[in-house]
Parts: sequence; C-alpha cells; structure tokens
Amino acid sequence: MSAATIDAPVAAPAHDGRIGPRANLRHISALARRNMLQIKADPESMFDAVLMPVIFILLFTYVFGGNIAGKGHEQEYVNYLVPGLMAMMGMNIAMAVGTGVNDDFKKGVMDRFRTMPIARSSVLIAKIVVEAGRMLVATSILLAMGFALGLTVHTSVLHLLAAVALAMAFGASLMWIFILLGLTMKTAQAVQGVAMLVLMPLQFGSSIFAPTTKMPGWLEGFTKYNPLSNLADAARNLINGGPVAHSVWMTLAWAAAITLVTAPLAVSKFRRKT
Amino acid sequence: MSVPPGTVVGMTRNDIPRRGGNAVEVRGLVKHFGATKALDGVDLDVREGTVLGVLGPNGAGKTTLVRCLSTLLRPDAGSARVAGYDVLTQPRQLRRVIGLTGQYASVDEKLSGVENLYMIGRLLDLSRKDARRRAEEMLERFSLTEAAKRPAMQYSGGMRRRLDLAASMIGQPSVLYLDEPTTGLDPRTRNEVWTEVQRMVAEGATVLLTTQYMEEAEQLADELTVVDRGRVIAGGRIDELKAKVGGRTLQIRPADRAELARMAEAVELAGLAGLAGATADEAEGVVNVPIVSDEQLTAVVGLLGERGFAISGISTHLPSLDEVFLAVTGKKASTGAEPADATGSDDTIRTDAPEEVAA
Repeated sequence: MSAATIDAPVAAPAHDGRIGPRANLRHISALARRNMLQIKADPESMFDAVLMPVIFILLFTYVFGGNIAGKGHEQEYVNYLVPGLMAMMGMNIAMAVGTGVNDDFKKGVMDRFRTMPIARSSVLIAKIVVEAGRMLVATSILLAMGFALGLTVHTSVLHLLAAVALAMAFGASLMWIFILLGLTMKTAQAVQGVAMLVLMPLQFGSSIFAPTTKMPGWLEGFTKYNPLSNLADAARNLINGGPVAHSVWMTLAWAAAITLVTAPLAVSKFRRKT
Repeated sequence: MSVPPGTVVGMTRNDIPRRGGNAVEVRGLVKHFGATKALDGVDLDVREGTVLGVLGPNGAGKTTLVRCLSTLLRPDAGSARVAGYDVLTQPRQLRRVIGLTGQYASVDEKLSGVENLYMIGRLLDLSRKDARRRAEEMLERFSLTEAAKRPAMQYSGGMRRRLDLAASMIGQPSVLYLDEPTTGLDPRTRNEVWTEVQRMVAEGATVLLTTQYMEEAEQLADELTVVDRGRVIAGGRIDELKAKVGGRTLQIRPADRAELARMAEAVELAGLAGLAGATADEAEGVVNVPIVSDEQLTAVVGLLGERGFAISGISTHLPSLDEVFLAVTGKKASTGAEPADATGSDDTIRTDAPEEVAA
C-alpha cells in the first residue's frame, strides 16, 4: 500500500454513523452472498432441503395415504398432504437457522461483523434471506415430487404461487423464533433438542397429515389455533379450491405477530451477546 | 500489483477528529462478569500514531479491555474514547475507525481469502470494483495471493492470522486493536506478523497491542502498560520499564564446564564499563551476565576471546513476564486460572524465547 492510498478520498460516511437504507441493503446482500458461498463450500448443508421433501412425501403418502383415503387411493391423499408438507417444510428449514446462528457465534467472524459499521440486524436478515431461498428449493422439490405422484392443482398457477408465498412468509417469521433460540441456548445441540420438543406436537397436532375431525375434542380445539393448521388449510384450499379467507388471514396474522414479537427480541439479544 | 493512487476509498486516518492527542483514552473502566472483576478501574492512553503494549498474564483482563474498546462489551463503569468517539454513546461512529484482530481468527473459514476480503470491503461501503481491487491489494501485501482462492479453513495458522490482519486493514482503520496477535504462532510466523504490524505503524496507525510476551512488547510497542487482575500495575516507556527490570541477560556456555567459575570471574574482574554481577549457573552450565547494550555484549565476547576461553554457545534473554512482574510489583505474576501464590507457575506463564546471537 503506498502512502497515496492512505490519503485517498473518503467515501463520505454519514457522520452520525447512521446507516442509510441503500447501504443497509448492500450490507445485507454482501452477507447473504457469504451465506450462499458457505453453502457452495459445503454442499452437504443442502441435504435437508433436498432430501426432506422427497422422503416425507414418499413416506407419508404410502404409510398414511392408504389409511386415510382408502387403499389404492393414495393419489387422492397427495392433494391433501402436499399443502400440509409445505407448512411442515417451512418449519423444519427454519429450525436449521437456529443451529446455524448458534454455530456462527462460536466463530470469531461474528466479532468482526459486530465491530463493523453495519446495522447488526443485517447479519440476521441476510441469514433469513438465504434460508428463505433454501425453503424455496425444498418447496419446489416437494411440488415436483407431488406432481410426479399425481398432485393436481384445481385452481390456478397463481393460487399455487400464493400458497407457496404464504408458506414462505410464515416460515420466515418462524426463523426469528429459532434465531432467538439459537442466540439464547448454549449449544447447537440444545437448540435442536428444544426445537424438536416444540415442533413435534405442533406438527402432529395439526391438520398437516390428517383431517382433524376424528381427533378428540380438546385436540381438535388445539389444532384450530395451531398456526400450522391455518397454514396447511390455507395452502390446501388455495390449491384444491375452497374458502381461503379465514385461514389465509389467520396465517398472516400469526406470521406478523411472531415477527413483531421475536424479531426485536432476537436483534436486541444479538446486540447484547458477549 | 500496483494500484493507481487515490483509488481506494474508505475511512482513512485523516478522520481522527483530534490530531496530535490521544487516539485512545480510557478512564476508570470497570467490567464485571458476575463476581469476577475482569476490569477493575483501568486508566490508559494511547498517543496517536504510537503502539501501546498491554502486557499481562492470562486472565489479567486484556481481552475484556479490547472487547470493551471495540463495542463488543459494554463496560459497567468508567469511560473510554477512541479517535474522539465515546465507546458508550457513539458506538456506530467508533466502528468506522477501528480494526480488530483477535486471538482467534475472525474470518469465515468456509470462504476463500479473496471472498472474505471482498465481503469486508463491501460491508465497508466500497464499490464492487474497489472492493475487488482492495482485496487483491491486501492479499498481495500479506503474501496470500497464491492461496487467495482456497478456503480459509485450509490455511495454516500463520496464513489465517495474516488474512485476519488483512481483513482488519481493508478499512484503513485509524486505531487497530491486536489482541495477542502471535499467541500460538511459530517463531517464523510471529516475525512475519511483527513485520506487518511495524509496517502499519509506519503508515500512521495507532495500535493497542495486548501480549504475554515481553519480547513482543519490546519489538512493537512504544509504551507499555502492565496489567494484572483487571488493574494497571505499571506503565511507561519501554526503556523506562526495562531500566527497572534490568535489560537483557547474556548467557555464555563454555566448551568446558569446568571453566564456568573462572569465566565468570574473568568477566567480573575485567572492569568493563557498566558491567557487574556476572554469575556462574552450575546447574545450567552457563555464565549469566546482565547487560544493557549491544556494546557490552561485544565487549564481553571479545574479552573472553582474548583470554583464550573456548565458548560453545551464546544467547541473550529478555526479561520474562515473570521477571517484569517481579521487578515492578515485587511479586509473581498471577493468572486467572491460579491463585497468585501458586507455585510452579512457569507452565502457565510464557517466558520469552531466547534470542539467538551468533554462536
């Protein structure tokens, strides 16, 4: 470096140190690029997004399908299952964010980010952007598998896309919960353990896999307020036709509420983390 | 690679609001972790353009100090200003002018060297083109061009540390924190890091360096602050402190061990200027001569040659951290892991590697 470069012009920083929206966007994209390069360097980290939809759809279609829709009618179950799995997929991918954030913190690179003139939230938002991408990959594979097994869209492509978008929006809100968990728990294993405890009842106590009408009353009541049921029902009715207003609004309300509560908590936790 | 002048943008040292004063001012800084007082009222100044060495054993509070000064930790009490910005009230401005290289590599290990540096350039608001160019410039400067495309995970310890330094330098910080930059490095790599630090200082950076090695402090620092258990226990210019501690020790190993006593006596009685206290260390088989200058070293070796002594080895030793502590406080250095009165603390406190002289 020559002396001349030291006296180089300054990129007019805002002097109160505030980060403008354009700079913020640039930081988020630079950090998102980092997360993508990490995936490129470690392709195995995509296994869950790629294999989970394949395994789940095959497993549930052939294990439950005959029982629920009647032997030989598994194909009909696919139309019930795929929208449900869209909800489940979002949740499972979101879970990986928590362990990822937890892992990240053990490395010194987080210290570097936190001593740089960037909004601290940008590190977390970049993570969410890239995880949403992973979610999209998983959902695409799920739909491709669904079509191969006989999924038919009774409405329109736009409805299908709306269902995907809804699942993504809800999934993104879940990520804040898991980021918060990842920042709070000591180890990635602990994050996974707690996440599983929460996820199992939420996933199975919902309309993801089977209609809730044959469940005992108290459980049916629970499923009505389970956001995963709302999302599954919304996606189902968007794809198969049916009333969507209530379930869509419920899902969006859940997503908004979860984000509004957990995102500020996660960012503040991130800021204070030592 | 040559870069046309005036092409690199980013913060420069010209941004220090106040010139000629202290780049870092710390007053009464306190940080507790539960019942542990990691910092117990630390005061220190780093003059602009100089290197302050913060010397202390493990657990003395060195890293906590650096983390407070780089906005990673919020001090419980006291104040600190860096480049004129208050650590507590102006963290965002402060982050624009500092660089931090910790004891552990703070680069993304899955990313290659060039990807890491490009990312940091972008985070510092360089354009794509400038970020790319600056990354290449830094890789070149830190001799990492050949490894530029390899993931940092595959780098050796020294390469990682260099990449870390390069990452800290992308933004041309006016104040650089180096937290034990050579801990765990082999001597050759350590020298490489030293050379780089000296270069940064020559270019005008202000450096706060924490270390456990007296030798490192002597190589790099203008002034020294000795810390122990979260408190500053001594401070001043290196030569002042060294005068207190007593300079180096010259160790001469006679080819024939039987000559030890005679050799020590010869040095002692020769009446060389400023030289006194030569002793024979029977256990080690060496004669120890305290010296304060290179001239004395030459004189002693010359004298022994004239008197016909056969010498099989010569080395000089800087005072160890232990000896410094002993000199400034009259007690042994304590470590975070052990009580101060623990015996046999030699393995928890690193002493300086002998500095080889021609033999």
